Formats: sequence, structure tokens, C-alpha cells
Amino acid sequence: MSAVGAGAPRRRPFFLPFLLISLIAAGLFLAALGDVLHYSVRLFIPGSIEVGGFTLANFARLLRPIYRTVLLATLIISFLTAIFTLLLGYPVAYALVRVRRGWVRSLLIVLAITPLFTGEIVRTYAWILVLGTNGFINSILKALGIIGAPLSMLYTSFGVILALVQFSMPVMIMLLATAISHVDRSCERAAANLGASPLMVFWRVTLPLTTPGVVSGTVVIFAWTMSAFSTPQLIGGGKVLMLSNLVYLEGLTNLDFPLAAALSLLALVVAIGSLGLMRPAITRLERKATLY
Amino acid sequence: MLRLEPRFAARARSGLFWFTVVLILLFMTIPAVVVIATSFSPSELVTFPPAGLSLKWYVRAVTYPDFQNAFINGLIVTSFASTLALITGSAVAYLIDRYAFPGRAALEAVLSSPLIVPHFTTGLGFLMLGVALGINQGYAIVIVTHVLLVLPFVTRSVYVSLRNIDPHLERAAANLGASPGRVLTRITVPLLLPGMAGGWLVAAVLSLTEFTASLYVTDAGTQTLPVAMYTYIREYSDPTIAAISAILILATTLVMFIADQIFGLGRILSIDAH
Repeated sequence: MSAVGAGAPRRRPFFLPFLLISLIAAGLFLAALGDVLHYSVRLFIPGSIEVGGFTLANFARLLRPIYRTVLLATLIISFLTAIFTLLLGYPVAYALVRVRRGWVRSLLIVLAITPLFTGEIVRTYAWILVLGTNGFINSILKALGIIGAPLSMLYTSFGVILALVQFSMPVMIMLLATAISHVDRSCERAAANLGASPLMVFWRVTLPLTTPGVVSGTVVIFAWTMSAFSTPQLIGGGKVLMLSNLVYLEGLTNLDFPLAAALSLLALVVAIGSLGLMRPAITRLERKATLY
Repeated sequence: MLRLEPRFAARARSGLFWFTVVLILLFMTIPAVVVIATSFSPSELVTFPPAGLSLKWYVRAVTYPDFQNAFINGLIVTSFASTLALITGSAVAYLIDRYAFPGRAALEAVLSSPLIVPHFTTGLGFLMLGVALGINQGYAIVIVTHVLLVLPFVTRSVYVSLRNIDPHLERAAANLGASPGRVLTRITVPLLLPGMAGGWLVAAVLSLTEFTASLYVTDAGTQTLPVAMYTYIREYSDPTIAAISAILILATTLVMFIADQIFGLGRILSIDAH
């Protein structure tokens, strides 16, 4: 009967060409990552970009105190950035989802999301102007008579984290907005009808229902900040070092590709590891959230 | 009176909430405002507030040969990269949405992993791949790198549009005798156009502004605008970068505003990292 319908053997007219295109793309990316892996186990020959035989010496070099310090600094900066981004991102995401007027919503979207598209160099340069000795913050504080001598904020972890938080806000807001928009409003209304104050409704209903988004947003920003480069490079100015700056230093300045590759792998493992650890936690939270 | 009080409390709470939101949005937008203000500064020394008005940094920004070349390089790389990413991303989205085959999940994971892999790792990897293939000097390796970096955004955008297509339309065309190729070009692709255009636009903007990976895969001849700007910041401290940044900020804000009106940014950008 239904020879043309769902029962017929499925014809797959575009399967092969589309698969071929996809496989070429995937193959190129895997080849690039494979090269990182490959270089990380080759011997560095000083003064040459040619590499020697196979060795694990590059990973042994990662155990030196300097690399341990930088790894720790990278983790701390990424963690603080993720937490502060969450605290500042939540109210904006909440406003974005719950606002009723169309033009306010459009304005919020453009203000909250556009910074993502101006690129990291423009945004990092902007923070140099804001944080500098004669920059925006120091000029205002001096004009108000709050400070006599300019504060030094460039080349500090504080300045780097401040810029990284602003940098991470759009992605955090998008992830949180998705979570908040999925909250069933009738749960909130039920709690309010039962006498809960609006703060109580938020604290006991809305926030718990959005925990999966909160956790995934925090971890995504953590992993994302792990790979930030231009902000620590320009605002840290060599005084605040993250893994990305070492990879650049070893790879493009010292031409020590094997060590740069080993450092890149370390960053990759931490980034993927934190996302992998997150998954069971989110699944558990989602299951819990549906029980409410 | 008694009935007014809770309303007053609600007003106060909502006022406090919106005050906080406005403060946070100020924190997000002040850097851009400072850049634009600085770009009109008449003096070489970057001070705030600027001591007057001048357009000389705009003149220098658009006449500086490194920036001119870098801008053209960026246009070449972006137009190839975002178009190739559009073709590839549409193929990937169609493949994942319409066909079941072994390894589909793995293919999807590999092609969305550029979102998670640090850009310096991706950049270093493609630099090494470029050296291995002997194409480390030239546009090809830069374009390939950008295609992979923006691909997840295009795929996502086309995939969301594919899901929203009414399958009856395609089936109706097929029942009326249209060949699969005709169904694809006459029914599916036209219905996907908004998603494809939105994805292409996001890909183009991300490619134009990509910096970290580009720093690894470009050289003096192929450097893109962000790389040239980075080099300039390290060598000079005058407001030329403020002028060029101001142009970029205004251009992207305008493009994003228009994109929001046409495609709905919320839909294109629903990035799912897991």
C-alpha cells in the first residue's frame, strides 16, 4: 500500500556526498589535534623546529615548579571568573527572559550579546583604557577625590579577572536565559498562592529549577577561561601568566613545539575533564529538578 | 493604606532589581564607551576624559598600510571560511538530522569539539599540520582553521531550522513526482534559508574577529586585522587602536541589531555546550 510512505526502504540520496564533506572536516580537525599529540612525544632540539626521537621528557618538564604555579594560577583565575560571571549574569538573564516589553528585550539582547562579537582584541584593548594609570577608573576616582595616587590595576590578577568576567558574560547569559525560560511558571504561581514571598519563590522554586543551567554555565565559563589568551597576555603583561601565555611563549617565541604541544594537551585535558565531570552532576540535578 | 503597602514593596523590589541589572549592563558596556570616547582624543597620550575632539586617529587607522592589508586578508579569509563553513555545516546538520548511521554521535562530537578545545591548541595544531603539509604560508591553512572554528555555530543554526521544517512539505513534493535533488533545492533549502543566512552571518563575524588561533596560523603576509591590531598594541600606545575598535564596535552592534530583527538572535545563538 504505502510504497512511497514510511514503510518503503529508505532512499538516502545525499548520504554519501554529505558524509564525505563531514568526514573531511572532522578528519582535518583530528589531524590538527593528532599533530599536537604527536609533537608532545617528540624530543625538542634547541635552535631547530625539526624534532628528534620519541620521548616522554616533555611531560616530565611539565612537573617543574614554574609550570605547576602557572597551572594553579590558571585554575584559580578560571574559577573566580566563572563564579563572578555567574553572580553578575543571573540577574541579566532573568531580566532578559521575564521582561514583557519587546523593545526592552531587544535592547537587553543587543547590549548583553554584542560584546561577544566585537572580538577579544577590541575588548582587551578597551580594558587597558579603563584600567590604566591615567585610565577611566583612576580618572574618575581622582576627580571625586577618593584617591590621591592612581591605583595600579593593569598587570594584576584583579584586572585580568575583571576583563575576563566581562568577556564571559554573553555566553553565561545565553546559557542561563535558556534555563530560566524553561521554568514552568505555574510552579512559581503555586508557591506564591501558598503564601511564599517573591524572594522565597525565587530562592526555593526558580533557583533550584535552574541549577542545571547554573552548573553548566559555570563549568563552560571555567573551561572557556582556561583558554583565554589575549586578556592575560595584554592586561597581565607578563606578570599574570596562564597556560595559554606559556604555550605562546614556548611555541612561537622559543619555537619549542614539543613543550608547547605538551602544555596544550594539559590545558585540553583540564578543559575536557571539567566538562566531563559536570555531566553526571547535571543529569542528577535535572532529575532532582523534575521531582519538585 | 494597608492594601497599598505590598504594592509599594513590590515596586521597591522591582526597582532595586532593575537598578542592579542596569549597573551590570553598565559594567558590560562602559569599556566600549571609553574606547569610543578615546578614539576622538586629540593627543597621543591616552588620557580620560579626552582633552578635545579630533578625527586624526581615524585617518591614521584607515591609512596605516598594515591595517589595510590585514583588513583585505581578513575579508579574503572570512568570505572563503564562512561560505565553506556554511556548505559543510549544512551538510553536517542534514546528515545528523535525517540519517541514522553508525558513528553519528562520534562525528557530531568531533565537529562540535572546536567549541571546547582551547583556541591556542587548535591554532598550534593547525600550524603544525600546515608545516607537515607544506602549506603553513598562505591563506589555505588560515581558512581551514577558521572553517573548523565557526562550523559548530553554522551547524547549530541550520540544524534548528531543519527541525522546524514541516516534513509534509517535502513528502508532498516527492509524492507529486519531484526527484530528491529537486525536493532539496526547491523545498528544503528555501525553507532553511533564514537559518543558513543567520549561521553564515555569525560565522563571518566570528571569523573576522578571531584572534588566538589566527596568531598561530597567519604570517606577516596573511595576518588578519585582530593580529595586526595586537602587534600594533605591543609596539605603540596611541589611540589608533581606539579608532579602529570604535569602527568595529559600531559595525558589529549595527549588524547584530539588524540580525536580531531579521533572524532573532536568541534562536541562532542557543549554544549547547553539552
